[in-house]
Amino acid sequence: MISLSTYLSVSAVLFGISLAGIILNRKNLILILMCIELMLLSVNTNFIAFSHYLNNTVGQVFVFFILAVAAAETAIGLAILMVLFRKRNSIKVEELNILKG
Amino acid sequence: MPVPVSDLMLAAPQWFVLIMTCVTLLVSLWSGKKASPWTYGLSQVTLLGAVVITALMYDQPRTVAFYGNMIFDKISALLTIFVCVITAFVLLYSRDYLKQHKMAYTEYHVLTLFSALGMMVLVSSYSFISLYVGLELFTLPLYALIALRRDAAVFAEASMKYFVMGAMASGMLLYGLSMLYGATGTVDIPSIASAIVGLPQGQHLIIVFGLVFVLAGIAFKLGAVPFHMWVPDVYDGSPNTVTLMIATGPKIAAFGLVVRLLAEALPDVHVAWQHGLILIAVLSIVLGNIVAIVQTNIKRMLAYSSIAHMGYMLLGIIAGTASGYSASMFYTLIYAIMSLAAFGLVSMLSRDGVDIQRIEDLRGLNARNPWLAFMMLLVMFSMAGVPPLAGFMAKIAVLEAVISVGQVWLAVVALLFAIVGAYYYLRVVKVMYFDEPIKKTDIELPSMDMRVAMTINGLSVLILGMFPAVLMGLCRAAF
Repeated sequence: MISLSTYLSVSAVLFGISLAGIILNRKNLILILMCIELMLLSVNTNFIAFSHYLNNTVGQVFVFFILAVAAAETAIGLAILMVLFRKRNSIKVEELNILKG
Repeated sequence: MPVPVSDLMLAAPQWFVLIMTCVTLLVSLWSGKKASPWTYGLSQVTLLGAVVITALMYDQPRTVAFYGNMIFDKISALLTIFVCVITAFVLLYSRDYLKQHKMAYTEYHVLTLFSALGMMVLVSSYSFISLYVGLELFTLPLYALIALRRDAAVFAEASMKYFVMGAMASGMLLYGLSMLYGATGTVDIPSIASAIVGLPQGQHLIIVFGLVFVLAGIAFKLGAVPFHMWVPDVYDGSPNTVTLMIATGPKIAAFGLVVRLLAEALPDVHVAWQHGLILIAVLSIVLGNIVAIVQTNIKRMLAYSSIAHMGYMLLGIIAGTASGYSASMFYTLIYAIMSLAAFGLVSMLSRDGVDIQRIEDLRGLNARNPWLAFMMLLVMFSMAGVPPLAGFMAKIAVLEAVISVGQVWLAVVALLFAIVGAYYYLRVVKVMYFDEPIKKTDIELPSMDMRVAMTINGLSVLILGMFPAVLMGLCRAAF
């Protein structure tokens, strides 16, 4: 029997990796999209683990909503990426510098 | 499980907007023209219809529907009405800009309507599931709206930045929500509030851990320091009309998010989130007001001013009392009106292919169109908090709220930086009234309805300042 804290640790590690990936990555925008996806999956892990140990299905219902929204989100992200690539011929993060944020 | 008819009736404004948006899309396709008057007309009918329906339902008692997923109360009704009215003004202000810059006309209207629908769902959500779905439904169309103008790379870049930041914020918020779910075993907002009361000490720690992520997500969505980096870039890099949209409606929706999550789901850990919010609010007020001074780009200046305003808005939430929440609500609504007028003027003055970018571009506006200059003057004075304008009454209300809970130092900091902030608002007025115009030609707004709308918008800042009692009363009745 795997304990709840193991699941939570795995999801915390996944969350940390995805956050670090978004912040540190300077090369490729697709990696950022992957990190966003990973972040939502770590949240899903959390919800399913809690749902299992609490004997309560609502967490799993929430996961379906998150999955559906994540799919829509990625679709929009990739569409924006296409527009950006057509204009700049590059998807490097470090070249996103017209706006001096 | 069948849904009772009374539940469907309670969601009438949302249904109406959903169905009418689909109708708008189909009719625009069928009419075949690039910029069909049907698109615009049907969009306005959609929004005004939703306002009328919500207003008719306004006196209904507080009801929870859809198995605890949705609530109809005075908060949701008032916020829904404001979201719809403001979106209607946004569409009116942007009509001309869209045609001039050859932006996709139908897509702009439909996406804006879907975004408004998401805001309506968000403000009337009563469980984490509907809250999350509403949040995403209102942000996803905004990402697409920014990238709608394809004639320069800057729009795609702003859109990408907003997308990455927004997705990260949602991720953080969800992580926090999953912790709250784990500690309480429910996702319904009232059940969470009652479950927290009886929790042992150990699980309180999980709640506070989750709360940190929830606060980070909220700060992202509000655009408050330390998660404000996206605000100036996105405001600056978006087409003017989309900036107008991002700077108005989402602030109201984000206020709904804050109220549902902090005030209604977590009132018992008030002390824990109060500390976090104090930090966020003070940093936002200080940084927003100081950095705005050095901006030469008017959209960036207004972006930093919005960061500062979100800090002021949070003061009322920090107080954690019913009068504090209503003061915050008043502040949010007033800010949305002011920001609507300011960005509305910026996008309406951007004509003949020229975008208003720098504050200098407003030089001598008084000589070119005195009435528009006067409207901008009212808005700038109101944002600075000069009596008797609405911004002054809003600031008084939130300051009163924090003083009444004994946080006098917060009020002092807020007041000092409001004075600092007055400098950059007054600079815009000085440029408009005392500098020589570069071009001498008169500026005329393209059509009568825009002139009327701008006048109503500008004067409402004055009228709500002199007679704040009606709106204030509505905000008080909501809590």
